[in-house]
Amino acid sequence: MHELALMAELQQLAEEQTRQAGARHIHRLRVRVGALAGVDADALRLAFEVLVANGSPEGPWPAATLDLEAVPARCFCSDCAQPFTPIDVIHACPRCGLLSRQVLKGRELELVSLEVS
Amino acid sequence: MCGTCGCGDRDIEAQPAPRVLALQRSLLSRNDAQAAANRAHFRAHGLLSLNVLSAPGSGKTALLEQLARRWPQQPIAVIVGDQATDNDARRLDDAGARAVQIRTGELCHLEADLVDRAFRQLELAGVNLLVIENVGNLVCPTAFDLGEELRLAVLAVGEGEDKPLKYPGLFRSADAVLLNKIDLLEATGFDRALALANLRAIAPAATVFEVSARSGAGLDALVAWLQQRCRPAGHGHQLHDHHH
Repeated sequence: MHELALMAELQQLAEEQTRQAGARHIHRLRVRVGALAGVDADALRLAFEVLVANGSPEGPWPAATLDLEAVPARCFCSDCAQPFTPIDVIHACPRCGLLSRQVLKGRELELVSLEVS
Repeated sequence: MCGTCGCGDRDIEAQPAPRVLALQRSLLSRNDAQAAANRAHFRAHGLLSLNVLSAPGSGKTALLEQLARRWPQQPIAVIVGDQATDNDARRLDDAGARAVQIRTGELCHLEADLVDRAFRQLELAGVNLLVIENVGNLVCPTAFDLGEELRLAVLAVGEGEDKPLKYPGLFRSADAVLLNKIDLLEATGFDRALALANLRAIAPAATVFEVSARSGAGLDALVAWLQQRCRPAGHGHQLHDHHH
């Protein structure tokens, strides 16, 4: 449900950056979503559709499309001194079974780039 | 004239080619910046700050009433978020806390700027503990740093022993977990050992307290743990030139 709040933030950030670049139209947003970011991709897409559908035809949004890039989780095992891709929710190391306390990747939630004109 | 086919359409001619702006900006950056400001603000006031998260009904407010009654000497300050009503703030007031209610309306979580606005309404003379009671929700509040020093998650007996596995994000982010309503173990048939094992698996570094807001069990240990993490009173005011 907080995907709506995040989309409002994305909208504000994108409009700001578009204005600063002297552009008027947003064609494409690339957003990176980590597997551990606590964000549901479908909810984010729905929030985007609502945003675009409710945007003024004169505004920057009517032609915009959203590209979501999923980032898988990556943890670090301190015993093996090796990174690993967790296969379960408890982040157990597949080599030794130790529960990892260190997440290397997967918390990303960022606007990577904007295509504007 | 249109540069592609020479059709003379002025509108087409006026369209510049799309270009890519590389940004790499976190969607949480505005909240994170405000959270960092809050953290500095809380520290400048010599406060230990807590963000308390749980599902609705796990006993956050009852625990904070008990904490307010047991906190040595000073009153505690509480910022409490709910979608509607100021019932919780009134309950906490009655327990001797200085409480400000945030009514979040449609918002399912607290954000740092809401906390900042509520914080400015608090009377903080002689206070060394600030508790932010988040909206009851195990998903949405997790991503939003409010500027707290410590995050406390509450799991109540009767909720389901596998809740830490179902909502790993929240429990993994907790510095301490309170297993509340421990007085109801027998009545509910709750598997305490299983719940604790699940908590350990998800949040191996978190300190776990088994407590009951109703019987008072375990609360002295919690108060002592928090007291150890408090700054000396007035510490911040002497170090920072800060005024409201």
